[in-house]
Amino acid sequence: MIETENLTKKFEGLTAVDGVTFRVEEGEVFGFLGPNGAGKTTTVRMLCCLISKTSGTAKIAGYEVGDGADSLKIRRIIGLVPDNVGLYESLTAYDNLDFYGKLYDRTESQRKESIAALLKMLELWEKKDVPVATFSKGMKQKLAIALALVHDPQILFMDEPTANLDPEAAKTVRDFILDLKKQKKTIFLNTHNLDEAQRICDRIAILNTTLRAMGTPEELERSVQGRVTVIQLEQPNDAVLAAVKKLGLGDVSAEGNKLTISTADPEKANATILDAVFRAGGRIQSVNVVGSTLEDAYLKLVREREKA
Amino acid sequence: MNVRHSWIIALKDIRIFVRKRTVLYTLILLPLLLSVLFPLVIEYGGRSSGGITGPEIPGLLHSFEWFFVIIPAIIPAPIASYSIVGEKLEKSLERLLATPTTDGEILLGKSIAVFIPAIIATYAGATIYMALTDIVTYGKLGYFYYPNWDMGIILLLSPLALLLSIELNIITSSRVSDVRSASQLGGLMFLPFIGIYLASELGVITLDTSTLLILAGVIAVLDVAMFRVSTSIFQREQILTKWK
Repeated sequence: MIETENLTKKFEGLTAVDGVTFRVEEGEVFGFLGPNGAGKTTTVRMLCCLISKTSGTAKIAGYEVGDGADSLKIRRIIGLVPDNVGLYESLTAYDNLDFYGKLYDRTESQRKESIAALLKMLELWEKKDVPVATFSKGMKQKLAIALALVHDPQILFMDEPTANLDPEAAKTVRDFILDLKKQKKTIFLNTHNLDEAQRICDRIAILNTTLRAMGTPEELERSVQGRVTVIQLEQPNDAVLAAVKKLGLGDVSAEGNKLTISTADPEKANATILDAVFRAGGRIQSVNVVGSTLEDAYLKLVREREKA
Repeated sequence: MNVRHSWIIALKDIRIFVRKRTVLYTLILLPLLLSVLFPLVIEYGGRSSGGITGPEIPGLLHSFEWFFVIIPAIIPAPIASYSIVGEKLEKSLERLLATPTTDGEILLGKSIAVFIPAIIATYAGATIYMALTDIVTYGKLGYFYYPNWDMGIILLLSPLALLLSIELNIITSSRVSDVRSASQLGGLMFLPFIGIYLASELGVITLDTSTLLILAGVIAVLDVAMFRVSTSIFQREQILTKWK
């Protein structure tokens, strides 16, 4: 549905996006994670045909991004939720939606039907004739999403849709995105909220000018070394410590009756470690694998770039 | 170009303007004030020295007529400021640019939104002025002074001056980030027209039919030139990355 190859954008000597290649399948929720200034918004703007690319290629549903004739076709099949809600505050919720519906050449009956459906789904129907200026932040954000959906797009680009929202409003928006996911919409979600990305996205790409990593949230977690196995023994035991060290699987340290073993892949190593503990006479209270969450993966990949 | 898209954008902008008091005041008060003031000057001017005489009236009216070129140069400033800078402030331009509309359609829509109310206000003001002037001058002149060819040319110059003002306001709006600055800068558009008025009052030029036709030609050429500049500025990449 979305394909890019070596997509690059430079602004007067400053490279904002550098050689980014990825593919988003139909019906997939694809998360784009990265710190401020990583090039997330620039990438979305290029894909939405708002700004030109410097080099590389990008295609949306087979249409070439950057081609004048294809740009209008692309903009017709996509919806954009920008990082600012971008509503006409003095107009009502209904008038905002109706305006965009008209620009997408929807007929009056199509507009009426989709506006009613969206406002009811987002619990804004009762406020349809109220000027948007009186809405809360959460209501405005919900309306901003509705605006991007008024023409029933195949692909939805969302640029930090829950930023600056209180937890309750953010949850409403996230639940709505999950509803869209059930409707098999292709969603490209820019965010720096790791928890949100983990909960919503099928796959995640980490961007910091260049693409640092890409995969499912689980794959990204596993990609980072640094997870440790923590074994709580009934009592300190030097023989157990020596036995585990002898395995040579990674760094081993002991603190009281707690044994910490750092390995490349704890899931693979744990059986061997536990076997060694039993054989050395250790009695185990608990075993946990800790560390190396998506956050660890994100921070490591982003910092690598900063150091470079 | 899909003119329907431009019309949709224009209607949306006009719906927003009519809720802005400052825009409404500029739109209604200025033409109304001048259209009533000038006939009052004819009626009550120079009372202490016996009033304005019949032979003096055509010269005075000739001077007043030029204000119906100045009015459309002033009016667009607050409207155009809300049309473009207002959209920047509400941060709605990115979403608008993401719709299947071309830059030209958006620019045309914004221009129509300013042009229609401004030209209606100017022509309404001119109609009131001509009617009131005929009422107060008929007794002294013995004939209805308006309508006449000179006023016809003035009313031809009005939309040309209006277009020039709209284009300059669009250029100004791309360089500022608040409505007041855009409105103030755009408002300076009337200065060249005031300059022409003063030159005619000082006798440097005469605003006769041939001079008015020459001015119409000059403004039309400037309209084309400024249209090219404004279209080169109103491009989505520039709007998103370079506009303040």
